[in-house]
Amino acid sequence: MRYAMAVDTRKCVGCSDCVVACQTENSVPVGYCRDWVVEVTDGTYPQLQTEIRSERCNQCGNAPCVRCCPTGSSHYADGGIVLVKPRRCIGCGACITSCPYDARYPHPDGYVDKCTFCIHLIKRGQQPSCVAVCPTRCIYFGDMDDPNSEVSRVLSHRRYKSLIPEAGTDPYLYFLL
Amino acid sequence: MANRRDFIKISFTGVAGVAATGITGCKMFTPSPIDPFSVTQYSRTPTYCEVCFWKCAGWVYKNQEGKIWKIEGNHEDMNCNGRLCPRGTGGVGMYYDEDRLRKPLIRQGERGSQSFREAEWDEALDLVAGRMEKLADEYGPECLALFTHGSGGTYFGDLLRAYGSVNIAAPSYAQCRGPREVAFIATFGDGVESPEITDIRDTRCLVLIGSHLGENMHNGQVQEMSDAIDKGATIITVDPRFSTVAAKSRHWLPIRPATDLALLLTWINIIIEEEWYDKDYVERYTYGFDNLREHVKPYTPEWAFGITTIDPSVIRETAREMAKASPAVIVHPGRHVTWYGDDTQRLRAVAILNAILGSWGRRGGFFRPAYASLPRYPAPPFPEPGRTWREAFPDKYRLADLALASAICEATIPSHDRECNFKGWIVNGTNLIETLPDQRKTVEAIQNLDLLVVVDTMPAAITGWADVVFPECTYLERYDIIRTGPHRKPQIALRMPATEPLYESKSAWWMAKELANRLGLGEYFAAASQEEELDWQLRQIGSSLEEMKRIGVKTYARGAEDIYFGSDEDVLFPTNSGKIELYSTAFAAEGFDPIPQYTPHEEPPTGYYRLNYGRAPMHTFGRTANNPNLADLMDENAIWVNPKVAREWGLENNREVWLMNQDGVVSSFPGRIRVTERIRWDSVYLVHGFGHTDKRLTRAYGRGVSDNELITRVHTDPIMGGTGMRGNFVTFLFKRPESEVLS
Repeated sequence: MRYAMAVDTRKCVGCSDCVVACQTENSVPVGYCRDWVVEVTDGTYPQLQTEIRSERCNQCGNAPCVRCCPTGSSHYADGGIVLVKPRRCIGCGACITSCPYDARYPHPDGYVDKCTFCIHLIKRGQQPSCVAVCPTRCIYFGDMDDPNSEVSRVLSHRRYKSLIPEAGTDPYLYFLL
Repeated sequence: MANRRDFIKISFTGVAGVAATGITGCKMFTPSPIDPFSVTQYSRTPTYCEVCFWKCAGWVYKNQEGKIWKIEGNHEDMNCNGRLCPRGTGGVGMYYDEDRLRKPLIRQGERGSQSFREAEWDEALDLVAGRMEKLADEYGPECLALFTHGSGGTYFGDLLRAYGSVNIAAPSYAQCRGPREVAFIATFGDGVESPEITDIRDTRCLVLIGSHLGENMHNGQVQEMSDAIDKGATIITVDPRFSTVAAKSRHWLPIRPATDLALLLTWINIIIEEEWYDKDYVERYTYGFDNLREHVKPYTPEWAFGITTIDPSVIRETAREMAKASPAVIVHPGRHVTWYGDDTQRLRAVAILNAILGSWGRRGGFFRPAYASLPRYPAPPFPEPGRTWREAFPDKYRLADLALASAICEATIPSHDRECNFKGWIVNGTNLIETLPDQRKTVEAIQNLDLLVVVDTMPAAITGWADVVFPECTYLERYDIIRTGPHRKPQIALRMPATEPLYESKSAWWMAKELANRLGLGEYFAAASQEEELDWQLRQIGSSLEEMKRIGVKTYARGAEDIYFGSDEDVLFPTNSGKIELYSTAFAAEGFDPIPQYTPHEEPPTGYYRLNYGRAPMHTFGRTANNPNLADLMDENAIWVNPKVAREWGLENNREVWLMNQDGVVSSFPGRIRVTERIRWDSVYLVHGFGHTDKRLTRAYGRGVSDNELITRVHTDPIMGGTGMRGNFVTFLFKRPESEVLS
């Protein structure tokens, strides 16, 4: 089993619902976020392109944050999800520095926090909160090892990219083009 | 590469708090308030959202401590399909906002001095009821007006009608969607409704005229647009700004501002000349086609090029795209359409274009709405109304089908040609200072009032002017009317309190009933409780309060009428001719152009830029600016300027400037520049709802620029009184002139 997520940049309107839903579902303190929205515009008026992406932890197969964690707090869980054990975290911040996606933040309670793909919801057969809430249904989630999962199906017939592939992190967050 | 925080600052400037990158000062580990790994079952109660007018139904969840935790969409709800928008999801912040109004307030100092004392409910209600009685004795009850936006308006509306006034206005009409309703009623006999009856889900071509779907987060509509994108529908966006949806469109037409009507008339001309229109539909259902054909002949693509700056070949190609998709095409009527004062005529052109493409009443065009309807709880009939606002404007705005908030405001200012003026306002759920254009006029009207009561959950500029402020509880703490709005099937939704009201806030139902009792009008609010009232109503349509508490949303079967016109159905349209009126007999009778004509609008003077404004998906007007969850996403607006303009003025990103309009009015606060190619060089763009002047809004005060403050020139639509607001021009000031400081 290998969880992955794909975000359709053709449909995402950048409303940030994924951010609020994550914040309320996971009680992320106001002022912090586990996911965020990026807007990139290229060109000169009126020849323009704007890409909007809902971004979060890439749940890397080769995660620098796991490699550099001195206490073993950052680890791989079921389905390749990278998680933090708050009780083991000493808040040193090595993982924050090592992450090329800037996906982690220091929680005010003294540990480092990040996206969990809402593993507590997945375990109950539900979708991550950002996926479930998205008004444009632009986020696809599922098991890459299952060819019939939503994410496998959409990646099988759409062009896509991942971010900073040159970092060699083996990311599992895809952007449909 | 910049890190994500910089990126966020590009899209949403100034995200407070997120910029904390260090981990200094971190405390020892303490468990987070909710451990997501131990989540089991939580209690949930149904609601429908009140953060905007879309009113999506959802479920409010509470945590182990019994506190409101999160809100999720109800999967049975046709407005949201189980998915709330960011504002609905962030509705929890409306409840937790510590700046909420807590107790009734009674003004102490001069009006507008923001000097209040807290009072008990009895005192505040007695005071208002006493003043209402005095007002009715001295001037007549019809001199009291209600301004409302939101669910509580129904109860205050009933109070007003029982008291003897029908002067009940929502700024969502004359300041927003009124011209569209009048234009579509003139054409098809029916309006566009809310939620709109656009069949976007099944459309093959969606044409947006300045409508920025996705940035205006009208939930179900944005969801359907996304479905349409999935199905490969063509989107054509006409907007001087490269909006979010422009970036998703096959055709983006970067039109010169204020020239949309020229493009629309040209499209009509091409579609007729090329015989691309739906001939059977036009033959069977429409009136005045030959007049239309003759009328639009001069509007050629080459003529339009000189006006709109859109290439003639693009105008032809997009007309062809619409015709190819016909009848599954929607030329979207938009929502906020009060722009230039000829808005009803522009929307008439939109309606006519839809008519000749045969999209009204057809799959992928506009569907026939279905409604649930509930009888009123038994009460005596309302007294016959006395004077109405219309009498203040003899022979004007006769085609307006609802009351005009701006007209009531104007008729509050004494004038020698009017017998009487409005003397009292009750304002519920709308910050009139930021809603009605030309703030000086609004303030002048307020200064002439004998009574101003403001009912709201939050302080705002309007509460500062009030004589009495009633703190309303949020939608998460109260029952309200059953939601019945139009959709593909009749559907009802229940809102019930998830928790007790915080502080001393109360529901509109309670306030209206208490006032009614004091005014001797108790028989109009006879139910002992809101539960009793709702349960009685629900039982009349085969449901009950108990059932609705369990399911939240209930869907009924449609009546005999199909959702689309049948292939050979004879339809009687509720217009004068019984047909779809391409030539409007109603407009002709009133002396207005029966078919729209293009009229040019003023261009900005040198050094000035047209002030355009719009929405951000995470905010509703100004009412969410202080919401802790939503302010976290966007806590101020930016002034969008094209790089050419930036070069000329030496502006760079995040530079603070004041805006000054053509009448010398300067923004109260500076705003930050956003240099972006996404805006034309002849205009600037602001997201509406920022630049709050009420210091009690601790997160929103002084953040950003209020577009409304700079809208002092209003182009009033002669047909229905809509207030055209896009004829204002602004320039940049690097410091605020001292002489311009307003109180």
